[in-house]
Amino acid sequence: MSEQVESLIRQDYAAGFHSAIESDTLPPGLDEDVVRFISAAKEEPEWMLEWRLKAYRAWKEMDEPTWAHVHYPEIDFKSISYYSTPKSMKDRPKSLDEVDPELLETYEKLGIPLHEQEALAGVAVDAVFDSVSVVTTFREKLKEAGVIFCPISEAIREYPELVQKYLGSVVPQKDNFYAALNSAVFSDGSFVYIPKGVRCPMELSTYFRINELNTGQFERTLIVADEGSHVSYLEGCTAPMRDENQLHAAVVELVALDGARIKYSTVQNWYPGDKEGKGGIYNFVTKRGIAHDNASISWTQVETGSAVTWKYPSCILKGDNSVGEFYSVALTNNFQQADTGTKMIHLGKNTRSTIIAKGISAGRSDSAYRGLVRINPAAEGARNFTQCDSLLIGDRCGAHTFPYIENRNASAVIEHEATTSKVSDDQMFLCQQRGLDAEKAVSMIVNGFCREVFKELPMEFAVEAGKLLEVSLEGSVG
Amino acid sequence: MLQIRELVASVEGKQILNGLSLDIKPGEVHAIMGPNGAGKSTLGNVLTGREGYEVISGEVLFNGEDMLALDIEERARAGLFLAFQYPVEIPGVSNMEFLKAAVDARRSHMKQEELSSFDFMKLAREASKKVSLDAAFLKRGVNEGFSGGEKKRNEILQMMMLEPSLCVLDETDSGLDIDALQVVADGVNAMRDSERSFIVVTHYQRLLDYIIPDYVHVLANGRIVKSGDKELARELEAKGYGWLEGEVA
Ligand SMILES: Nc1ncnc2c1ncn2[C@@H]1O[C@H](COP(=O)(O)OP(=O)(O)OP(=O)(O)O)[C@@H](O)[C@H]1O
Ligand SMILES: [Mg+2]
Repeated sequence: MSEQVESLIRQDYAAGFHSAIESDTLPPGLDEDVVRFISAAKEEPEWMLEWRLKAYRAWKEMDEPTWAHVHYPEIDFKSISYYSTPKSMKDRPKSLDEVDPELLETYEKLGIPLHEQEALAGVAVDAVFDSVSVVTTFREKLKEAGVIFCPISEAIREYPELVQKYLGSVVPQKDNFYAALNSAVFSDGSFVYIPKGVRCPMELSTYFRINELNTGQFERTLIVADEGSHVSYLEGCTAPMRDENQLHAAVVELVALDGARIKYSTVQNWYPGDKEGKGGIYNFVTKRGIAHDNASISWTQVETGSAVTWKYPSCILKGDNSVGEFYSVALTNNFQQADTGTKMIHLGKNTRSTIIAKGISAGRSDSAYRGLVRINPAAEGARNFTQCDSLLIGDRCGAHTFPYIENRNASAVIEHEATTSKVSDDQMFLCQQRGLDAEKAVSMIVNGFCREVFKELPMEFAVEAGKLLEVSLEGSVG
Repeated sequence: MLQIRELVASVEGKQILNGLSLDIKPGEVHAIMGPNGAGKSTLGNVLTGREGYEVISGEVLFNGEDMLALDIEERARAGLFLAFQYPVEIPGVSNMEFLKAAVDARRSHMKQEELSSFDFMKLAREASKKVSLDAAFLKRGVNEGFSGGEKKRNEILQMMMLEPSLCVLDETDSGLDIDALQVVADGVNAMRDSERSFIVVTHYQRLLDYIIPDYVHVLANGRIVKSGDKELARELEAKGYGWLEGEVA
């Protein structure tokens, strides 16, 4: 099969087109003035500007991390433009009818027809096009439930107490190099607040899309679930075909107060670069949640895109009986590299965490699982279960597992299972003998491998994720 | 239906089939017996186009067409089916999903309409009943955790769903208990008609009491060394392969 498997990849990236909407783009480079410009453009209060400047000053003193198992040319942070906005969006549209038709068309090409989305299963959409949130729907319905779901720039103006209280409370400005950068220059993103005891009446969904050449994208998402509330949040992305590498450094913070539940699902499909390894997005993300007493946070991610991924959605299990979950599928093909995993920090008593990580490598790609389970001395009765499976397609790719366990409490129970397997010739032959072509066979076998994670995804996402794997694997067998 | 002429084939540089000829007409059942390592499974693998099996010379015509020119999946869609001696597991892929994809591929090749999920489920349930597999097996991963006998019955289930025109059963009887043997034989017999042909590879005369073959061949040393009717199987059962010495090197 190796021969078969050698040749998986040739197909135009479905999302590979560059939309012709004009933008206001700031010249490349970063200094305090740029930070001030961004803050002013967003009409931010003084405290927010100070917060950003503090982050910027910290960032200036920090070095890029190099410990991840990824290799890429040095990023020239001076050549990046830190702000852009679609021109026709200066006045926010009140409804879809007011939205630039070309923009809508862009979404449609991506298979995200907003008109349908609105109707579809009551999903609210806060679409981020480049740096400005363009369309927000279903706001009224959410308002009835007392749910706040809006661009974070708006939240900073409208709900300053909430934002000031929680922004940076989980991922502080100085947390790491990219988080500091994001804190200084984040352009927009989503803000969610679910009041006490409220079950959010619909799944909240944001589609991200990187559009402007040379514009780093720095989203900031903050989700606060007040006591006893529930929310499920979906994040999905695609990006257009391009040559230059693009930096993406998002920060997502989740706060689950006592008894709250947050489920955060991601399908990430940014441009991975071409089959020679040229281009593609650099995806350096910081995602972290804090769970108070009896609260739970569940991260589910399907990562198929980006040239380089560096991402560890984590849970701080601060409260007693709090629960953290991480379900992940990371697929790399061609020259993609991914270093991804999670951190489960057990602080409270009887805290529980589950980690199911599935890595698929094809082509000449390289993927690493990096996971930390830390049990602090006070975390009496903590439990962790980790299962980490790698699937190799062909024999030029790599998979690595770096599990770190730091246990400081003797009562903790930590289980770790890891497997590495290959798509076998026998499985391929069985599928093909039953009439499936090689690509369909691989995608089916890979989908089967990911089943445990896919079943955690919301329905619509699960279907999308399956399709995504199929597209991402194209060309990995021939 | 199938004409194999002077087929010479090798695997890993080792020649296994040494000029094998066989002619199968529509509706016929041919049993192939022979000692371990004779090349029986190799024949199935070469016919189905498995990678690593290299045809050195000879030809294979399937419905008059050069079958060796086709890809594995093209042969399958054209109606060639192999029930595996050792069925593999595909974890996480449900039997149902797998069968649906296979049936869709076959039907689309035959320019038939795609079955609705409802019709498909109905057929799948009926078929699983026929091979005495509980419908719950349809939801399980392909062969995942199935017992040896269940795997073999699952092969027959797939065969029923795909309605192939030429079925190659490679030791489907081995590892089956008496009841399962009956189930498999019933399944095969129910599918016998004037169009569909079978190659039944077996070591045991017993199966041929249930599935009555039109011809019995002895494959040894990569060739058919003796052909006869079902009486040949009895003779082999009684005498072994020793009396064919010289043919069986
Ligand atoms: N993939 C392979 N690599 C190396 N040798 C092989 C391979 N496949 C078959 N052979 C060899 O070819 C010969 C014929 O094998 P084959 O499986 O066709 O025998 P068989 O007649 O089916 O035997 P059995 O009755 O034991 O199933 C054997 O010597 C076997 O070891
Ligand atoms: Mg055999």
